[in-house]
Parts: sequence; structure tokens; C-alpha cells
Amino acid sequence: MRVGEAAVIDPRGLDELIRLLGDLGYETKGPVVRDGAIMPGAVRGVEDLPAGYQDEQAPGHYRLRRGEGDSLFAWAVGPGSWKAEMFSPTEELWRALVHGDDVSITEPESPVAPLAIIGARPCELAAMAVLDRVLADSAVPDPHYVARREGAFVVAAECGHPAATCFCTSMGTGPGVESGFDLALSELNDAGGHRFVLRVGTERGADVLARLSVAAATVDDLAARNQMVSRAAGAVHRQLANEGLPALLARNQEHPRWDEVAERCLACGNCTLVCPTCFCSDVRDTSDLSGEVRRGRVWASCFDLDHSYLHGGSVRTSVSSRYRQWLTHKLSTWWDQFGTSGCIGCGRCIAWCPVGIDITEEAAAIRETDGAVHAATARGVGPR
Amino acid sequence: MTRASIAELVSAHPLLTGLPDDAVVQVAECASNVGFDPGALLLVEGGPADTLYLLRRGRVAIELHSPGHGSKVIETVGPGGIVGLSWLFPPFRWQFDARATEKVVAIAIDAPCLRAKAQADDALGRALAERVAAMLLDRLQTTRIRVLNLYDEDGAATREAPR
Amino acid sequence: MRLGHGPMTPVPHRVVGRREETKDVMTLSVAPLADRPMVFRPGQFNMLTAFGVGEVAISVSSAPGEAGPLRHCLRDVGPVTHALCRARVGDLIGVRGPFGTDWGIGDLDRSGGGDIVVVAGGIGLAPLRGAVEQLVREGTGRIFLIIGAREPAQVIFADDLRAWAEAGAEVAVTVDVAPAGWGGHVGVVTSLLGGSRFDPARADAMVCGPEIMMRLTARALIDRGVDPARIRVSLERNMQCGVGWCGHCQLGPLLLCRDGPILPYAGAVAHLLTERER
Repeated sequence: MRVGEAAVIDPRGLDELIRLLGDLGYETKGPVVRDGAIMPGAVRGVEDLPAGYQDEQAPGHYRLRRGEGDSLFAWAVGPGSWKAEMFSPTEELWRALVHGDDVSITEPESPVAPLAIIGARPCELAAMAVLDRVLADSAVPDPHYVARREGAFVVAAECGHPAATCFCTSMGTGPGVESGFDLALSELNDAGGHRFVLRVGTERGADVLARLSVAAATVDDLAARNQMVSRAAGAVHRQLANEGLPALLARNQEHPRWDEVAERCLACGNCTLVCPTCFCSDVRDTSDLSGEVRRGRVWASCFDLDHSYLHGGSVRTSVSSRYRQWLTHKLSTWWDQFGTSGCIGCGRCIAWCPVGIDITEEAAAIRETDGAVHAATARGVGPR
Repeated sequence: MTRASIAELVSAHPLLTGLPDDAVVQVAECASNVGFDPGALLLVEGGPADTLYLLRRGRVAIELHSPGHGSKVIETVGPGGIVGLSWLFPPFRWQFDARATEKVVAIAIDAPCLRAKAQADDALGRALAERVAAMLLDRLQTTRIRVLNLYDEDGAATREAPR
Repeated sequence: MRLGHGPMTPVPHRVVGRREETKDVMTLSVAPLADRPMVFRPGQFNMLTAFGVGEVAISVSSAPGEAGPLRHCLRDVGPVTHALCRARVGDLIGVRGPFGTDWGIGDLDRSGGGDIVVVAGGIGLAPLRGAVEQLVREGTGRIFLIIGAREPAQVIFADDLRAWAEAGAEVAVTVDVAPAGWGGHVGVVTSLLGGSRFDPARADAMVCGPEIMMRLTARALIDRGVDPARIRVSLERNMQCGVGWCGHCQLGPLLLCRDGPILPYAGAVAHLLTERER
């Protein structure tokens, strides 16, 4: 089967695919149920996938429940994105032993086994492409990221069950997917049986598929897949108006909405932790009594006061300016820095915000009162 | 030096440049050309504000003396600047010392003379007040900036983050 | 000795010289243990490691081709700079770099003999030293240096200032406050711009110092007629990686380690420097 062609497999076929990838030396990971949420985890076969689970999401709300059916991908996205697999929350960069007149510096080895990701959502493939621009297409690429990313085999899973927090259709990142995968699954569970249309995205994907005995997808299968995707697209109700958005936000730095949202925002950084494109990191040194020193990198959040620290103080002391930094970076200055939006519409930041702040609502509020100015900076307005 | 050439010097100084000829003549009637050697005191703190100086060449330090600590230089005034601002307002008393730090050439202006002319001629009085006010504003603004102690914030050479 | 090769891995350098510029500003001269000397352009910065303490972004203060080791001038403001300032001759430190943009003196059109105006506040002279040294050495066109500092004892690179003046550069130093007997100016750097005899119509300006000072200086230069596109400033934000990955050095649309630290004042930068963070 060649790139662009499609097969159809049943759950047993998917199981064979996962086990084959394991046999080929991949570390197979996919969605698993952990701590009451869908999270990336080790999957050895179909039995590890979240059969029958469905998620319910709203601003500040996420619930996972066991439904009636046996569908494996009847949920949207969980808090854990695939970012952590490529861009580790903690990374050792090097360790050094300084002994008097000499120093030896060693870097950690690259990961042994390449990763096979089973069931990445289209929005998550879009997130990977965004992160690629930051960490792989940089003038100085991040070798840790590149090693994991290039080695990774990606089996996408098109989205049939978007959540109320999703807005991928506004961002052009889902619910269907046409590129960025080695293989793409579209789960069908109807009168025709529980099956998956499996499309081939790369030669590597074709090579893997060639090791399995699969039937070509029928015209009916493909029509059912198209129907699933368009039905899912119709079920995405949340919207982000993108037209002129970067410039809109750039000219509304003094909009009163920043202070209003800051009254609710806890600056907890949850949104940056669940965001599949947030890439900020701290560089930290540790040492022990043996004299060995280590330098590591850990995820950081622009909601932390220290994020903008300069000797003497932080540049962004107020929650208002930190929220503004986060949102304007995602939707406006990301374009300047990396030629793309930093948001892929997965809605995680909305669901996992403890107070339910909604990025689409905030952007819309500023659009609605474009040009409004903070009272303290308005001309001719005295102190409140 | 003739009145005519003093008038030329007066009208060439930034404080008075562009004044109408008759105003320049009036100011010149109160002015004389003077020189100071380095170290000479032009103004003495607490003294009557009876002569101000429009600098043409050289630099003058505005100082304040503190017993046991020597003098502190608060500001230096160079060519085109004015030494002595307290002459325009009561109680007409100098607040600071002013000392030549190099050879200085200046136009000395008799303050009671100029005050009397300003009193008698509204247009001249207003023109002088406006020009001195502009110089005062510049002094105030630059002094405000120095109050910030800016250089304690670093230049771009050190970008250290907290640990 | 084993060396790493990753972009985040420092190259060991030995401290071969140290000079106290002021009571809390130190110039460290370093030489690589094994590698060839670094190739850089004036204005670029390095990440310096005090092993076991951390890493900090410090501008290179040498000029390309200048004899002797690589120089960095740093102020003791935190744990890493403190450890580096205390490094003794013979100690090892790590160096990564060079990173970021430079003053672009290679791109300046010096054929017309245009003037160079350099305005530095405090330790802001450190990233400018290499550029001035190179321009003085090339000897094309007039150079006007205006140096501001808190007090005379805080003026760094005093020997260089003398040497540059002897080589024909016009050097003016102004301080915020001075003891009597100080022969220089007392006042802000912008006060000296009015009297400086550069030709604004054909001047290129380089400004580095506290952000407020750069803003006011750029405006004063523009008021004198200097083209905003020909004014360059050096910007400062938290920097932790130097290679555009860590996100800390964002200033609006800019990643300062990648797009800066040296940027033209015209356009976005002028706007960003007046935009208020709270």
C-alpha cells in the first residue's frame, strides 16, 4: 500500500500494528487512562487503550467516564500532550567534574528506543509542527528534541468526538488530518462494525503497513470516514476569530480586559503546562558533595514571577501583564517569532484552568471593544 | 568693550538669541564681559543674587559644601548655559556655590539692573521669564533623571537570573 | 579532558587575567583550554558558566583581532556573577557563544566618513568596547564617545578612554554626582548631546545603558536630526539559553537572544521601549 492509500483494519489489526511497532524496536505509547484522565502512557496492545471512555469538558471542567460502547477513541484530548515526549519536562543537559586544573564534561546519551505514538490527535500533530518551528527549525536546533522527534513514528487518530472546549476548526488543525503522520487512524464503529480506516502518510508508514496483511478500504469505508470527520467538525461549536487577530492584540496592549481577566487568573501556570506548544524552560544547575555539577532544563511558565526576572526585579510583576504576555504570545507575537500561531485550538487551557478562563472568550472580548484603553492610561481620566 | 559689541555677545547667547533688538539693547545695558581662572568662585551660597553669568566658554561646577566632606558637584554648566537662577525670584539669594573648573569667559549681568528693566517693560519681562523657565525645565528634567540613580540598573552586559 | 559538543554545553576556558574596573565590576580575561579562540563580532554575547553555580549572559568586551585573551566585563549582581567576579587567575569557567546580533559596524558605510556617536551608561560601555576599539583602530571617520556613570569611580575602561582620546576620538564623560575637583561633566548623558559636534545628518549612533537612558538618548539623538534607523540600542531581558529555545528573553515580537541584543531603534523597538509592563 502506497502513500495516500488507505486500508481498513479491525481492533485486532490495530493490536497487530501496535505489537509490530514494538517488535520493530519502537517504544509504543498511546492514550491510557491514568488519574482519571486520558494521558500518554505505554501501550503494548489494544487492551491498554481507553475502550469505552468518553470525556466531558467545559471551562474549568474535565470528567472522564466509562460509556456503553467499546470505541477506543471516543474522547477528545486529555491534559497530557505529546509535547512531553519530545520536549521533556526535565532534561539533563550535561554533567561536569571539575578537579583542580581540569574539567570533564559529559552529555547524556540519546534515548535508546525511538518512540511510536499511537493515536495522536490532528491538533496534536499541528502542535508538533509548531514546536518543530521553535526547537528544530531554529538556527541552533535543540538536539534532544530533534533526536526524539525525528525518530518518532506517528500514528494519528482523527477526532470523532470533539469536546465543548475544542476549537480546532477555527485554527485549521482538525478534526481531520491530511499530513504530518506516518499512518492515520479513523475509528468507525457503526453498522459496518468496529473498524479503522488506516491511511498511509509516509514511506516509513507504508513499510510498516506492508508487514501486516490488510485489506484496502472500500468506497463505503472512506465515505464513512469522511462523514465522521464532517460530523465532528459540525460538533465543534467554540470559535476563535482569527482575522486580523495578531494586529488586533498588538494594538490593544492597554485594553482594560487584561486587568479584568487578571482578577480571575490565579497565575497558576496550568494553561502553560497543558498547552502542547508552550516551550519556555529554565536552565538550572545542581551540585552535590561529590563535586559533580549538573546542568538541567525544566519546563517554565511565563506566569511565574521569575520568568521575566532581571537583576533587581521582574519585568512583568502583575498578573495582568503576565496573562497579556501569554495570550499575546500565543495569538500574536508567535507569528512574528515563528511565522505561525502558537495556538492549535485543543482547548486544554480552557478545560484545565481552575477558574475556567477561556482564551477564545478573552480574544473575542478584546475584539468587541477594540481600542478601549485602561483607565490609568487613558488621556484625561483621573485616578479611579 | 563697546555697548554694541556687548549686545552682539548677548544676542548670541542661547538664553537671549532671537530677542528683538531693543530688548537686546536693554539687556546689554546691564551686561559686561568677564573672565575667570580655574577655581574662581562665580557665586557663593547664601550670597545676594546680584550677578548672573551667561557662559560663553569654559565650564562651571555648581557645588554644595559640606563640612568634613568637601564639596559635591551637583551639576556642571557649559558654554551656552546660565549660572545663577535665583536672581529672578525673591529672596534673591544664591542656593549653591558656582566654581570655574576651567578658564571661563562669560557675560556678567547685573541682576537688579535687569530686574528693574523687566519690571518696566512687560514684553522684556515676559520674554526673560519664558526663556529662564525653559532652562529651568531642562535642569529639572535632567535632575529628575539623575535622582533615579539609573546606573544601578545595569546596562546590557549582565543579564543574571535568580537561582 | 573531555568536551561535550551540544549547543548548551560550555567550552572550558581558563581565567588568565582579572581587573577590577570598579568595586563591583570586573573584567575577566579567559582563554580556551584546547579550542581555537572564539570568532565573534562586537556586541555579541556569551553564556558564562561558574561551574556548580550557574550560567549568565555576558557581552564580549574584546575587539575581533585584538591581541590577547577574550574579555568579559561583568557586574556582581547575583550568585553567578558573584562567583565569576571572584574567579582567580588559573580557575576554569565555561563559555558558550557567541550569540545574538552585533553592532553591525561591518555594515556601516564608512566610505563617506560619517560620524560615529557612541553613548554608554555605566556598564553599558562593556558591549561597546570591542566596537569602539575596532573603529578607532580602523581610523575612518570621527568618533564621538559620551560616557555616563553614577560617579567618577564608576567609570569603567578608563585606560581605554584615554587611549581612544589620544587616537583622536572625542571622549566626554559625565557623572550624576562628583566630588569637587572632578574635571568632567556632571549631568545626564543627554545634556552632552546638544554640545557634541557630530554631524547628525551623517551619523550612526550606538547606545547601551539602562533602558530609560537608552530611550531618552535615542529621542535626544532624533531631536538633533539623527536618522532613527541609524541608531542602534542594546536590549536586555532574562536570558537562559542564548539560542532561542527558553522563551525568557521575549520582548513582544522579539526573542532578544536571537533577534537582539543589538537592534535598530527605529520602528518596533522604539514602540516596545515605551510599552508598559506592569
